[in-house]
Amino acid sequence: MNIFATLRIAVLALLRNKMRSFLTVLGIIIGVGAVIAMVAIGEGAKAEVQKTFDAMGTNMLVVRSGSSRTGGVRGGAGSQPTLTWDDVTAIRNEAGGVARVSPSLRQSAQILGDGQNWTSSVEGVATDYFAIRAWSLQHGGFFTEADVSSSAKVALLGGTVSDNLFGAGANAVGSVVRINNMPFEVVGVLARKGQSGMGQDSDDVVLIPVTTFASKIQGGLKKYLQGSIYVGATSSADTSLAQRQVEALLRARHRVRDGADDDFTVNNLAEIASARQEGTETMTRLLAGIALVSLLVGGIGIMNIMLVSVTERTREIGLRMAIGAKPGDIRLQFVIEAVVLSVIGGAFGVGLGVGAAEYMASQYGWATLVQPQIVVISLGFSAVVGIGFGLYPAHKASGLDPIQALRFE
Amino acid sequence: MADTPSQPPSQPPILEATDLFKIYTMGNVEVNALRGVSLTVSPGEFVAVMGTSGSGKSTLMNILGCLDRPTRGTYHLVGREVSRLDRDDLADIRLQVLGFVFQSFNLLARTSALENVELPMIYAGVGGKERRLRAAKALERVGLAGRLDHTPNQLSGGQQQRVAIARAIVTEPRLILADEPTGNLDSRTSLEIMALFQELGRSGITIVLVTHEADIAAFTQRVILMRDGKIQSDRRQTPTDARAAVEAYEEAPE
Repeated sequence: MNIFATLRIAVLALLRNKMRSFLTVLGIIIGVGAVIAMVAIGEGAKAEVQKTFDAMGTNMLVVRSGSSRTGGVRGGAGSQPTLTWDDVTAIRNEAGGVARVSPSLRQSAQILGDGQNWTSSVEGVATDYFAIRAWSLQHGGFFTEADVSSSAKVALLGGTVSDNLFGAGANAVGSVVRINNMPFEVVGVLARKGQSGMGQDSDDVVLIPVTTFASKIQGGLKKYLQGSIYVGATSSADTSLAQRQVEALLRARHRVRDGADDDFTVNNLAEIASARQEGTETMTRLLAGIALVSLLVGGIGIMNIMLVSVTERTREIGLRMAIGAKPGDIRLQFVIEAVVLSVIGGAFGVGLGVGAAEYMASQYGWATLVQPQIVVISLGFSAVVGIGFGLYPAHKASGLDPIQALRFE
Repeated sequence: MADTPSQPPSQPPILEATDLFKIYTMGNVEVNALRGVSLTVSPGEFVAVMGTSGSGKSTLMNILGCLDRPTRGTYHLVGREVSRLDRDDLADIRLQVLGFVFQSFNLLARTSALENVELPMIYAGVGGKERRLRAAKALERVGLAGRLDHTPNQLSGGQQQRVAIARAIVTEPRLILADEPTGNLDSRTSLEIMALFQELGRSGITIVLVTHEADIAAFTQRVILMRDGKIQSDRRQTPTDARAAVEAYEEAPE
């Protein structure tokens, strides 16, 4: 007895009870739809987090000075400058896992341009900083090594600063802005990054060469660097290695005795990012788990209907056996009926899930992401549900005694 | 036993049951449905099994139809001992050798006559095209050539039974077992169905038919009377011609 003939028998049997078949399938549609929509929401959130950290810069370590200690009172991180300009050079030259290094000095300053003024954060950085923080350009170009070594008065404006001084969408390249009343030439406008992972506006910033910053904006200390050092590891896998190297190097350079606390801190953003990822991963699993329960309930619905169907069609089963169907043929027929129900439910469920995900994305602005593999997994799982829950009723049908079955009223 | 019918010695019997016993255990009570039934049927015979309810005729039919196995005794069907076969092998025997006709037709509802007749061939693994061809031929043979696409509820009782007979003969069985095939039909239609059985019998198919109506048994060649799980009598007779009876019925004033 071939599989197509069995499939046809199964489909015909299901079509004889259209309403009931539809309601049974509905359970699976909702189950599969829920799995797809929930996982899409979870995956969307995960992708969103990933995007945020990508914008912040990947493979990134941030080194800050240690805390001051006056009597028993300890200041916060960076309150006591311990990092030196030489540390920057040493990290660049001596730590193997490090690809890029840039100091970052920051100060709030008033910026004037085109008759407008705007108070923003002015940051003195080296050229490596652009790659570490994954900045890209909207207009113009980055400032160069030559600009840094010559303490050139050039500036890169963040999107927010550019919009506030020159108007939204304007190309400010070539204009002059005054920072603390000193003229700087705008060489580029940075592409927007949006909010940082911590909710700050990443685009409310002006980047200038770190040498210019140290000489013109913040005189400060000669030897010590009053800010942080941004370190780019050679790869994301190497961030932990780079962190250990930087820590060892700085402890040696700062002559920190064994057992004593570091006089600096190193933040590994990759670790923070992966922790956040794990958070959204957990949420995805939770949502998928809840949705799977509804798929399971759908499967129980199939079993219920198949059991009713076996009882109701006892005479039909008896007849089929009398005219030569083997118990295995009967079992196969009922399993296939259950699988057809669940796979049809799965197919429509995929449609429902994808539709729901898109509706939520367009209506509520939720980030959703439908992964192709989750569609395949849901379909496969619904088929497994069909086989699993169809097997018992099918077994029951195949075990009927044809004489009793034919006599059944 | 009355007179033992003589067999043509050249023909091996189509079925040969020897000393069949069937004992059902219901709780603590043993019910002896069959107590030593021996029966031989030759190819082409048209046999009626009669008896009151509880006489064991249904049990005998179930065993002859390979739907049940005897507690004791042997049963040879077309030369093969089948009384100890398992469920799968019994299903194969039913598929290849037997055709069934039931009192309540047992057609699949909301399924066309053609598809009802195709059913046994699906289990026999016959391809779709050949299935339809053979099913159409079988329906033609029972006089339903114009009703291929009708579903059971669009057919009269007699027509439904014809579909069931077409389903029984489509696999070209050696033996047809009919369980009260006219039990749900009016007298006129009963005569037509009996005429159809007689035609099939003339073409060489062996038919064993259960009935409790003497006038239906009159259309067969041999009547076996069961009582208390045993064969009480087994006699041959000259069958009444059912076709002639149909014509006589038509001429009779209402």
